[in-house]
Amino acid sequence: MKEPIVQFNDVHKSFGDVKVLKGIDLDINPAEKVAVIGPSGSGKTTIIRMLMTLEEPTSGDIIVDGKNLWKMEKNGKPLRANEKHLRSIRGDIGMVFQHFNLFPHMTILDNCMVAPIHVKKEDKLEVKERAVQMLDRVGLGDKLENYPSQLSGGQKQRVAMARALVMRPKIMLFDEVTSALDPELVGEVLEVIRDIAKNDDMAMVLVTHEMDFALDIADKVLFLDEGVIAEQGTASQVIEHSANERLQTFLHRFRKV
Amino acid sequence: MAFIAGLSRLSPNVIVRKITGAYVEVFRGTSLIVQLFWLYYAIPMLFGINLGSNWWIGVIAIGLNYGAYLSEVVRGSIQSVAKGQTEAATALNMSRFQRMRLVIFPQAVRMMLPEFGNYTIQMLKGTSLVSLIGLTDVLYYGDIMRSTNLAQAPLIYLLVLILYFILALPLIWLTRKGESISKKGVASE
Repeated sequence: MKEPIVQFNDVHKSFGDVKVLKGIDLDINPAEKVAVIGPSGSGKTTIIRMLMTLEEPTSGDIIVDGKNLWKMEKNGKPLRANEKHLRSIRGDIGMVFQHFNLFPHMTILDNCMVAPIHVKKEDKLEVKERAVQMLDRVGLGDKLENYPSQLSGGQKQRVAMARALVMRPKIMLFDEVTSALDPELVGEVLEVIRDIAKNDDMAMVLVTHEMDFALDIADKVLFLDEGVIAEQGTASQVIEHSANERLQTFLHRFRKV
Repeated sequence: MAFIAGLSRLSPNVIVRKITGAYVEVFRGTSLIVQLFWLYYAIPMLFGINLGSNWWIGVIAIGLNYGAYLSEVVRGSIQSVAKGQTEAATALNMSRFQRMRLVIFPQAVRMMLPEFGNYTIQMLKGTSLVSLIGLTDVLYYGDIMRSTNLAQAPLIYLLVLILYFILALPLIWLTRKGESISKKGVASE
């Protein structure tokens, strides 16, 4: 049995008085594709935001590749993680956002090159070659010198994926990446994700409302409800054989639409 | 000055933030003329420190005063860059400094430009106050001319106005130019 690359141990998160997550336990294996589904407000996005270090858990441990993400030790004393500690682990994780968050003042090629060059201090030419290759792969090889404002939503999101991939993360997080897109643009983005899922051996966590798609590519499906993982298993286990009533209502509502 | 103060106000360090906050409020909240008089008359009297020639005092007072105003422009622009930009930069594992230098600052500068142009022109005109601490500027000469030739007062002041406008023209042009350069690629995402 392989060691999980990500582990959540009894992770809680509150925003003020609102308890969003109430004890999450979760293992993600290397190269595993995990889909997180559930009603809005159930804390799906919060899970991956904590993993990306954008949100600090209120309690509990998140272990990435054997290292405690949010806690560190100094002279034997347990401490809150500082920026340096977070940076040492964060490099293994990449994320694609709902609203793309491309850098508007850079061409799309520069968007993909800035981090490998400045963060990983890689050779410029090598990075360029890889970035071009990646943009080609997402079907935007002819737009290298364009600015994000000149692209459609679907194209922007594909650039965002290329940008994350060029960093060669071990874990990729997708935060409702199709929710901000016009319906006719959803397909092209899902195609890219499917391609990544099939051909790359990184672990993936997808928070999504694209139910059929998620069930199709995921090795494991988590149903999050009211701050806890109410159900988890393979797609068929969760969909067909779960006795969880709220899950069935949730799925039913989606199927009907 | 503006950049230092503006960035300091966003520092994670509470003490740095409080000190610059106090500086900004004091210099924004009091009159430039009174600040000039303080530096020129009061401080040398109270502490026996001479701040150098009155030219330097003019520069320091105007610098501190407009630095305070502009630091607010810097702070506002940086804060108005969308939060998602910081998050995306974090997700790419940039350090705090890299996030500021590569992602936030270049976008914030574009937003600062119109305001900076505004304040620079205003500052140019604000320099007329230095005649009050004995520096000789355009207004000062205008005044002298007027006192020797009282009947010509309207004409002389008109000339002074035109002179200021001519001095401001290159600044106006520069800001326009700067804005059009920086518009490249930033037609709101």
